[in-house]
Amino acid sequence: MNRLSWFNTVSLTLGFAFLYIPMVILIIFSFNESKLVTVWAGFSTKWYGELMQNQAFLDAAWVTLRVAVFSSTLATILGTMAAYVMVRGGRFFGRTLFSGMIYAPLVMPEVITGLSLLLLFIGIGLDRGILTIVLAHTTFSMCYVSVVVSSRLVTFDRSLEEAALDLGCSPAQAFRLVTLPIIAPAVISGWLLAFTLSLDDLVIASFTSGPSATTLPIKIFSAVRLGVSPEINALSTIMIAVVTVGVISASLVSKRAMVRQRQEEQAAARTE
Amino acid sequence: MNSTVFAPWDDPQAKPLIQFKNVTKRFGGFTAIDNLSLDIFEREFFALLGPSGCGKTTMMRMLAGFEKPTEGHILLSGQDIDPVPPNKRAVNMMFQSYALFPHLNVWDNIAFGLRRDNMPKHDLEDRVEEMLRLTRLEKFARRKPHQISGGQRQRVALARSLAKAPKLLLLDEPLGALDKKLRQDTQFELMDIQEKTGTTFVIVTHDQEEAMTVASRVAVMDQGKLMQVATPDRIYENPNSVYVADFIGDVNIIQGRATSTGADTYRIDWAEGQPPLTATSASRFADGQTCHLAIRPEKVTISAERPADAVNAVQGKVHDIAYLGNLSTYYVELSNGIIIKAQTANTRRISRRSFTWEDPVWLSWTATAAVLLAD
Amino acid sequence: MRRAVLIAIPYVWLLALFLVPFFIVLKISLSDIALAIPPYTPTLDLSQGWAGIKEFVSQLDFENFVWLTEDDLYWKAYLSSVKIALIATSLTLLVGYPIAYGMARAPEEWRPTLMMLVILPFWTSFLIRVYAWMGILSNEGYLNQFLLWTGIISTPLTILNTQTAVYIGIVYTYLPFMILPIYAALDRLDGSLIEAAEDLGCSRMQAFWLVTIPLSRPGIIAGCFLVMIPVIGEFVIPSLLGGSGTLMIGKVLWEEFFSNRDWPVASAVAVILLLILVIPIVLFQRNQQKQAEAEQ
Repeated sequence: MNRLSWFNTVSLTLGFAFLYIPMVILIIFSFNESKLVTVWAGFSTKWYGELMQNQAFLDAAWVTLRVAVFSSTLATILGTMAAYVMVRGGRFFGRTLFSGMIYAPLVMPEVITGLSLLLLFIGIGLDRGILTIVLAHTTFSMCYVSVVVSSRLVTFDRSLEEAALDLGCSPAQAFRLVTLPIIAPAVISGWLLAFTLSLDDLVIASFTSGPSATTLPIKIFSAVRLGVSPEINALSTIMIAVVTVGVISASLVSKRAMVRQRQEEQAAARTE
Repeated sequence: MNSTVFAPWDDPQAKPLIQFKNVTKRFGGFTAIDNLSLDIFEREFFALLGPSGCGKTTMMRMLAGFEKPTEGHILLSGQDIDPVPPNKRAVNMMFQSYALFPHLNVWDNIAFGLRRDNMPKHDLEDRVEEMLRLTRLEKFARRKPHQISGGQRQRVALARSLAKAPKLLLLDEPLGALDKKLRQDTQFELMDIQEKTGTTFVIVTHDQEEAMTVASRVAVMDQGKLMQVATPDRIYENPNSVYVADFIGDVNIIQGRATSTGADTYRIDWAEGQPPLTATSASRFADGQTCHLAIRPEKVTISAERPADAVNAVQGKVHDIAYLGNLSTYYVELSNGIIIKAQTANTRRISRRSFTWEDPVWLSWTATAAVLLAD
Repeated sequence: MRRAVLIAIPYVWLLALFLVPFFIVLKISLSDIALAIPPYTPTLDLSQGWAGIKEFVSQLDFENFVWLTEDDLYWKAYLSSVKIALIATSLTLLVGYPIAYGMARAPEEWRPTLMMLVILPFWTSFLIRVYAWMGILSNEGYLNQFLLWTGIISTPLTILNTQTAVYIGIVYTYLPFMILPIYAALDRLDGSLIEAAEDLGCSRMQAFWLVTIPLSRPGIIAGCFLVMIPVIGEFVIPSLLGGSGTLMIGKVLWEEFFSNRDWPVASAVAVILLLILVIPIVLFQRNQQKQAEAEQ
């Protein structure tokens, strides 16, 4: 079972080639000298330079970043509360409706979410801009956060909270001093997920943004509709690089922590 | 007999530390605790023993404050504690899973409860050091829970729950996660610590050996009711019901009819073609009343010939032998098919065993060896 | 008291920003288009009290829904969305299962790395991943260049702006959603079950069909729903990779709203889309619940 059969080797190789070749091509051609993106004309970083000069892209990136930071932070707070209510809240009036509203946005087509929020904002006379995008992003990403956090809370040993109460904590202290530090990794990955979703979102942002605030995906989408452009290749490469570095370092850190914990546990067991 | 023997439950003047007064606890339609009353005294090491689902854990959680009685009251030093939340009770609990905070080291785990009381820094440090000494954990103070062994974790949990010097310490299956050898050592350590600190301990366990070893009194529970509350030796020697006799240790139960033959002495007719048995009992039985005779296997003597002076003797043949190392249990089948267990100490090597399969043997016991129980 | 506040905050947020907007969509879908701001009628005028509400309700009608059934553009778009979603889901399963299987059979120490390689694209921008295929599939794209160079074809293939490109795009972007639940199911599978099947006389192939596939079924079902449900309402892929012939309801809704500015019809399209999605969503929930119960 330890050696891969030829079939598994082939399917893994082809599968990962399929997943990664398009991105590798994108990255290679972002360093292409020529404006004609499909013809290689020598190595150059000039498109990165051009991108840095493009004020519209930079503005959009700044808007996107602010929206992502605000909405993911809000979503993490609300989503963690919602997860806590779902797992520890017991029975309350309208619990089924509440859990329905937590899960529905996960499967709701983005076009519907976008449309309905836009109609709400118009209905209450809220000017579309950064605020409305933040509200929209918070609403759908808090549901993702709550799913991530509640799956951690479900496996959380409840007696830890009871021990805190038993030793004199008020319920709020028990949450702050015991529950939160222990579920922190899940809360952080919830935040990262919300942040990525916000950075990534085109459809909902298109509905809820106004002329005063254009996000990067909206900008990319309108540019890309006209065809492939080397500037967008350069931008994509930067985004891929950031994500790759982030994901790989996060997984290395967590892997190292896991290996160390296992070694320490084994060492501890031997002392018995 | 020593006159200073610890037995406040026999002293009508003694004030109980904990009183359960007609406590009932229902979860939906399920009755976990059924109209139960119980007194537990200061400095007692009290064991709640029973199969899983008997309500022993619910009793403990009500003492800790995690559950509230549906009916009745629980008093601590005469005070009704029902409205007191867990964080305001002078009761601490050692959890079955230990519930050590994984993000805090041993020292901070032990200090956790003391910090909630805003104890002055100097006193707090002294108290934690004292607890570390008591549980022999000085060397591990700076380690995280995952960096120490299971036995050490158990001691951290104990130290943490004792640190606040509670009036009452609750222990939920405290030794359940340890392997057998470690468990035996730890049992004596627990008793030692209980004696040193003078704290009242209430322990929940399903392990009867553990309950018998550590406890001053044992409460045997079943289906939300107390079956018997008594000292370990009384529970074993004088069970008050077939359930308790059967639950604690190994026992032969023989059903029959009692006929009084003198003061406290009864004749038991129990099977066609078998001689009647004789037993003594302090409790009264009417003539012809159905009764159960409970005899511990170690009180049954096995021999090749009928002992001349035996009050009770039956004949059978060896059906099976369970060799347990120090002991052997013989399963002897009587002519009517009933199997009676007899236990002997293996003082000789196994090759020199007196009896083997299919050997005809006699089983005998004295009139006081068995306990006579009503239906 | 604290508990009530804790429940109320996320509850009220979701009511205000999820449930209420949905009812607004429902209401506008029953209104008529108007050359006004907002571009629909009637609008609720609460200042007139009860009469205003009555007046408002009396003007609501199902005209937009009737319109949706009469104009064949809409029901064709619904049908085609469902068809594309079904075919794309099957393709994703065909591509994803062998990968998940290979991962589950890979040596223990490789698995976290393989897992990370599957998740990594998921964190990368969806838009960029779709965009990457535009350069590959266009007439002078890398794929055609490669095929022309190898001599397999002599004239470039037209792939971009066709249904094929849409399928490729969907399989590519949704592959992680298919692989992860199947991998999770296969990873839990006790290896000794396969050995037991072989010990009882199954060939490798039989053991796979009779043991592995049935036991990974919850993962397969979860993966298929995770792909199919969002694909039905997909907008980015058909608009970037599909052509004028690619009818998908997400795109129709977008155009109805942004190009035609017909809000009532766009809302009606959204309501029907939701109704279509209710069936797979309910089935999916039931599958997840059954699995959760089985694990307990």
